Amino acid sequence: MSALLETCNLTRQFGGLRAIGDLSLSVNRREILGVIGPNGAGKTTFFNLLTGIYPPSSGDILFKGNSIVGLLPSQIARLGVARTFQNIRLFRRLSVLENTRIAYDSQLPYSPVDALLRTPRARVRERESIDASMELLELFELGSMANECAGDLSYGSQRRLEIVRALALKPTLLLLDEPAAGMNPYEAMQLTDFLRWVHGKFSLTIVLIEHHMQMVMDLCDRIEVLEFGVRIAGGKPDEVKANPRVVEAYLGTEGELP
Amino acid sequence: MKYLAQQAINALQLGSIYALIALGYSMVYGVLTMINFAHGDVFMLGAFFCLLLIAIVPVPFWVALIVVMGATAILGTLIERFAYRPLRDAPRVSAIITALGCGLVIQNTTLGISPYARPMPHLLDNVTYQFGGLTVTTLQIIIIGVSVGLMMVLDFLIRKTSFGMAMRAVASDRATVSLLGVPANEIIAITFAIGASLGGAAGLLYGMAYPVVSAGMGITVGWKAFVAAVIGGIGNMRGAVLGAFILGAVEVMTVAVLPSTYRDLISYSLLLLILVFKPHGLLGKPTLHKA
Amino acid sequence: MSGMNDWTKSRYLPSVVLFAGLIVTAILPATGLLNDYLQFVLVSVAINAILCVSLNLVNGWMGEFSVGHAGFMALGAYASAILTVKLFPAAPDILLFPIAVLIGGCVAGLAGIPVGILSFKTRGDYLAIITLAFLMIVKSGLENIPYTGGPRGLLGIPRLTTVAWAYFWCVVAFWVIRNLVYSKYGRGIAAIREDEIAAEAMGVNTRTAKLVAFVTSSFFAGVAGALFAHQLQFINPSSFDILKSTEILVMVYLGGVASLGGSLLGAGVVTILTQCLQPLGTWRMVVLPALLVLLMLFRPAGIMGYRDWNWLKPRIFTKPRLEKSKQAPLQ
Repeated sequence: MSALLETCNLTRQFGGLRAIGDLSLSVNRREILGVIGPNGAGKTTFFNLLTGIYPPSSGDILFKGNSIVGLLPSQIARLGVARTFQNIRLFRRLSVLENTRIAYDSQLPYSPVDALLRTPRARVRERESIDASMELLELFELGSMANECAGDLSYGSQRRLEIVRALALKPTLLLLDEPAAGMNPYEAMQLTDFLRWVHGKFSLTIVLIEHHMQMVMDLCDRIEVLEFGVRIAGGKPDEVKANPRVVEAYLGTEGELP
Repeated sequence: MKYLAQQAINALQLGSIYALIALGYSMVYGVLTMINFAHGDVFMLGAFFCLLLIAIVPVPFWVALIVVMGATAILGTLIERFAYRPLRDAPRVSAIITALGCGLVIQNTTLGISPYARPMPHLLDNVTYQFGGLTVTTLQIIIIGVSVGLMMVLDFLIRKTSFGMAMRAVASDRATVSLLGVPANEIIAITFAIGASLGGAAGLLYGMAYPVVSAGMGITVGWKAFVAAVIGGIGNMRGAVLGAFILGAVEVMTVAVLPSTYRDLISYSLLLLILVFKPHGLLGKPTLHKA
Repeated sequence: MSGMNDWTKSRYLPSVVLFAGLIVTAILPATGLLNDYLQFVLVSVAINAILCVSLNLVNGWMGEFSVGHAGFMALGAYASAILTVKLFPAAPDILLFPIAVLIGGCVAGLAGIPVGILSFKTRGDYLAIITLAFLMIVKSGLENIPYTGGPRGLLGIPRLTTVAWAYFWCVVAFWVIRNLVYSKYGRGIAAIREDEIAAEAMGVNTRTAKLVAFVTSSFFAGVAGALFAHQLQFINPSSFDILKSTEILVMVYLGGVASLGGSLLGAGVVTILTQCLQPLGTWRMVVLPALLVLLMLFRPAGIMGYRDWNWLKPRIFTKPRLEKSKQAPLQ
C-alpha cells in the first residue's frame, strides 16, 4: 500500500449544511492530486478537516496509516502535513525570516526553561534555525528580503513565502489551497513549473485545490472532483476532462474546461 | 419561610437594578461586539445627575427619572461619537482599552468633584405595607415596577419596531446593512443612547434604594451588572435579565449567610465558574470562528 | 555606527556593563548623591519597568488583553511580605529578601497557570473578562483573609528594596523576557498574535506558548509586587485594584507594544509623569486613563510598537549575513 493519506467516509456538518459528505479517497505517496469543484463544493473545508482545524462530524482520516482525527492542528502539522491558505495568511507584522523560522521551530527540541535562560542548547538550536531558514529563503530568492515585514511584500512574493513557510515544516504532504488565485495565465504557467520543481526537489506529495484548469491538468497525476461536498468523479486528467458529470457541474459556473 | 420571601423581594429589587444596567452592556455588545466598560460609570453618573437636579430644582420622582434618562442618553451618544466611533475598524483590543479608559476618566473626574459619598434625598413618600408579615415599601414596588416596565418597552422596541429590526440587522452584519441603506451609524448611536438611559435610570433607582451615592459605584455596582450580562450571555437581552436576577439572588443570599465583604468574591467566582463551563454564558450563542 | 573598536564588539561587554551598573547602584545611595526621594523614584521606575515588560508579553507580544496584572502583583507582594513580616522576621535580610522575592514570583507564576489554561479556548473579550474576574477575586479574597490584615492590609514591612535590588531584578526580568521573545516560544507567541490558526497549521504548539507567556508574565508581576511591598512598607488589597492595572496598561501602550525598549521607555515616562502630577491629587487619576484613550485614538501601538533597539536584541540577530543566493527556477 502506498497511500500516504486516506479518508474514510469523512463527513462534516455545519448546522443543517453538509459541507463534506461521506468522502472516501486516498492520496498516494509522491503524487500530485488535484481537487477541483465549483465554488462552495467543500474543498477548503476538506483541507480544514485534514489539518485538524475542524473536527469531522464522522469518518476517519489516516495519515501514514494512523488516524489523525482528534489531534491538534499543530500536532498534525508536525507529523508532516503542511498547508497554504486560500487567502494568504502570513504573520504580516513579522519578518520574512521569522515567518519561515516559526514553521522550522517545531523541529527544534529545546524546553521553555532553555528558552528563558538562553542556555547553550537553545543558542545552538537558534543558530541552526536561522541558518536552515536562510538557506531555504535563499533557495527561493527571498534571502535579500529576510528582514522585511511579510505584509510589505508584493502579492507574488507573499504567495511564494507562504509555500516556503510550509516547506520549512519539512512536510511529506503539502496542501495547496488555490496557489494561483489572482494570477494571470502566464504567471500560473510559471507557478506550474515552480511547483513541479518543488515537488521533485523536496520529494513531496501534493494535494492541490485550484480553479486554473490548465494548471491542474498540466500538473496533476490524478484529479478528484467535488460538488456539494460529495465526490462526483475522479481519475486521470484526461478521464476527468471527458466525464460528462464534471462538465455538467462546471457548465454555467466556470465553463472553462480546456 | 417568611424570611425567605422577604429575601426574595430584596433579591428582586437588586436584580431589577442590575438588569437595567446589564441591558446596556448587552445591547452595545450585541450591536458592536464591544465591551463598553464605561457603561458602569454612566450608571454612576445617573445617580449624580439626579443629585444635581434635585439640588437645583426639587422636582418630583417622575420628572427626575425622565431628565436623568435624557441626560445619560446624551452622555452615552457623546462617548460613542468621540471615543468609540473613530476606533470602529481598529483592532477589538483598542476599543476595549478605550472603553476602560473612558470609564476611569468619568469615575475619577467625579471623584475629583465629589470625593466623598453623598446621601440621596428622598424623592418619594416611602410607605411601608404589610402583607401577612411581609414588609414591602413603595420604593421597592416602584423600583421593580419601573425596571420591569422599561424592560418591557425595550423588548417591544427590539422585537416589534423597525428600529429594532434595523438594530438586529446591524448586529448581524454591519457592512452589508450599510450598503442596503440602513443608517448604521445612527442605529448604533441610538443603541448607545437607549443603553445609557437605562443605566441612568438604574443609577437613580439605586440611589433611592441604597441612599448613598459615590464615584466608586460604577465599579462596585456597575461592573456587577456587567458580570450579570456575561453570566446570562452578553449580547442576549433576555440573558442579561436572567443573569441579573441570578446575580441579585446570589448576592442577597451571600450577604444573608456570610459577612458582606464576601459579596464580590462570590460574584466574580461565579462569573469565572460560568465562563469555564459555559464560555458564552447561559443563553449566549457561540460565534463560529472562520478558518 | 562608525568608529567601533574591537572591544565594543566583545561578547562580554553587555555583562560587564550590567555588572558595573549593579556596583554603581549599590554604592551610589551610600555616597549621599541620591537623596531618599530620588532613590524612591529610581526604584519605582525599575519596578514599573518589570511590570510593564511582563504585561507586554501578554498584551503586546501575544496581542491579548489582560487587565489582571495587578492581581498577580498582589499575590507576589503578599506572599513575600508574609515571609518577611510573619514567618521569618528575624532571618538575615541579605538571604531572606531574594528568597522572598523569588517565592513571591513563584506564587504569582502558579496563579498564572489556570489563567493560561483558560486562554487555550478563550480569546479577546472573554479572556479580558476572565482576567478582570481574576483581579477582583484576588482583591476581594485578600480583603477576607484576617491573617494578612483583611482590608487594612499588612503593615510594618521592612524596607528592603534598595536601588541595587530593584536594578538587579529589573535586569533579570528584561534579560529573561528578551530570551523568551527571541526564542522559538517567543516566535510562537507572536505568531498567535498575528494569526492563531496559521500558527497552529505551522506546527506552533499554541498551548505551550500561551502557558509560557502567562506564567512568565505573572511570575515577574509577582517579583515586582514583592519589590513594591518592600519599598512602600505597607500593602492593602486596594493598592492592587483596576487603577493599578490601568497604570501598567498605560505604560505598555505608551512605550510600545511588543517592544523591550518601549517597555523601558513607557515605565520611565509614566513613573516620572505620575511624580510630576503628584500635586494634582485625585485629578492625577484622570490624566492616566485619559492618556490611554488618546493613545488608542492616535497611536495605538505606542512609541516603539513592534520595534526594538539593536542593543537589546541577542547578538545572533544583529549579525549581518553575507551569503550568495542560489537560483530557483522562477524568473
